[in-house]
Amino acid sequence: MSLLETVQLEHLPPGYDISLALFRNVKNSAFLHEQLLAGNTEFEYALIDASVLVSRVHALAAVYRAVSDLLGGRLRSRNVHSEIVFSLSPNNNIAESFRRFGITPATTSLLVIKVSLPPSSTTDTSTASPLSSPDIQAHLAANIEGDSLPFTDASIASLTDVARIKKIYKLNSGGGAKKTKGAVNGAGIHGGNEDGNNQDEVHELEVAVLGAMALRGSNN
Amino acid sequence: MEIEPARPIPAPALAPPDLSQVGPPSSPLPLPKIFANDPAPPTLVTQGAEALLYRTTYLLPSIACALKYRPSKPYRHPILDARLTKHRILSEARVLVKCRKEGVPVPAVFALDEKEGWLMIEWIEGEVVRIRLNEWLQRRKEEGEELRARHEAVLKGLMARIGSAIGRMHGVGIVHGDLTTSNLMLRGGSEDLLADDKILEGEVVLIDFGLASQSTADEDRAVDLYVLERAFGSTHPRAEGLFSELLVSYGKSFKGATVVLKKLEDVRMRGRKRSMLG
Repeated sequence: MSLLETVQLEHLPPGYDISLALFRNVKNSAFLHEQLLAGNTEFEYALIDASVLVSRVHALAAVYRAVSDLLGGRLRSRNVHSEIVFSLSPNNNIAESFRRFGITPATTSLLVIKVSLPPSSTTDTSTASPLSSPDIQAHLAANIEGDSLPFTDASIASLTDVARIKKIYKLNSGGGAKKTKGAVNGAGIHGGNEDGNNQDEVHELEVAVLGAMALRGSNN
Repeated sequence: MEIEPARPIPAPALAPPDLSQVGPPSSPLPLPKIFANDPAPPTLVTQGAEALLYRTTYLLPSIACALKYRPSKPYRHPILDARLTKHRILSEARVLVKCRKEGVPVPAVFALDEKEGWLMIEWIEGEVVRIRLNEWLQRRKEEGEELRARHEAVLKGLMARIGSAIGRMHGVGIVHGDLTTSNLMLRGGSEDLLADDKILEGEVVLIDFGLASQSTADEDRAVDLYVLERAFGSTHPRAEGLFSELLVSYGKSFKGATVVLKKLEDVRMRGRKRSMLG
């Protein structure tokens, strides 16, 4: 049984339920990848390589961006699910974003995201009948060969390839900046916070990634 | 010819003033579309000449954020209006992202919509230096105690932290363009205010990069310092004497800072605006 979590995001209209499920040791990525390429409507998911995710917020930020662009009639890719993958990108190259963030035959860690649209908005899309959470859960359980994990920061962190993320988002230049940061505000202001260093690092990585996503394609 | 007696002209029935046409005394502020689906209206925090600042949430109810909204200006040509708004939103976001990436203490950028004219950034829990500093100076005054020894050390510490935060920003190639004690924040909750010794503590965070630009010119950097110096002089005259502490710490904060301090002396002589004569 997969651990499916459903959330609603701030500022989106009611009815846009986001379902997320995290897997590791996925063995049938090639099959799942094929379903996407074939446009199999039973696999209307965003299938994301979880090794390039930093945190929950990272994934949810991409969902928020994609659904906002859907509502604003500004989708750049085929549908809201492919748009989620594209929303993770720091640039405007859609094909490249699928290669980097989407599932590939070699993917072993997988985040599956399904956006359920409210019933009223499905007039134009015949296939988008809202699925209930148990339906999605059953479908994932039947079609994904892998171990289900809870969609938590801790599980995501256990799958994260930090070096790869830094490379994709071009975050290596500021490597030395972190050390000097403490000096700006003097020592000991927040008391002993040495244990939090690793958490701080992940948080700063998340912040840098969110900034790159927000500025997608408009950097110079 | 007989003159007809003037008929009383019926007074035109005075229509009750049409409020929707005239506009109520305080016209409602334009809300960005992002809030259209929210059950409750967002909290307006402050209003500047160009932008409105709301406190709201990002993605989840647990993540507070600030939303800076630049409403469209009806007096501007729509195409120009859209271009200016887009340019300003993106340029502020770029500067913030660059600063944060390089370790300058600024709010994180969460999201933006340059067409709708909003920028969503991290909510900094704390208070602006202007308020904290005035409160602190007021307490010293009430105690009838002079700014000496222990107290002076606390204030000096704050000045030094501000100086190195600004130096760090200048060192990565950003000038702020509007440095005042209202655009510097001290991180930390309100409960810290109760503890008197803590009122000037907390991480210094630079905010409001609406007039910031990417520049490494000593002139621009010196003007940043000069503007802040003047702001200190007028807003906190009692703390003005310690501005030198800020400059000392600035001078040590990045390579090239001493040149800027030299330049500051020129700027002081002539003011913020460079002479256009030769």
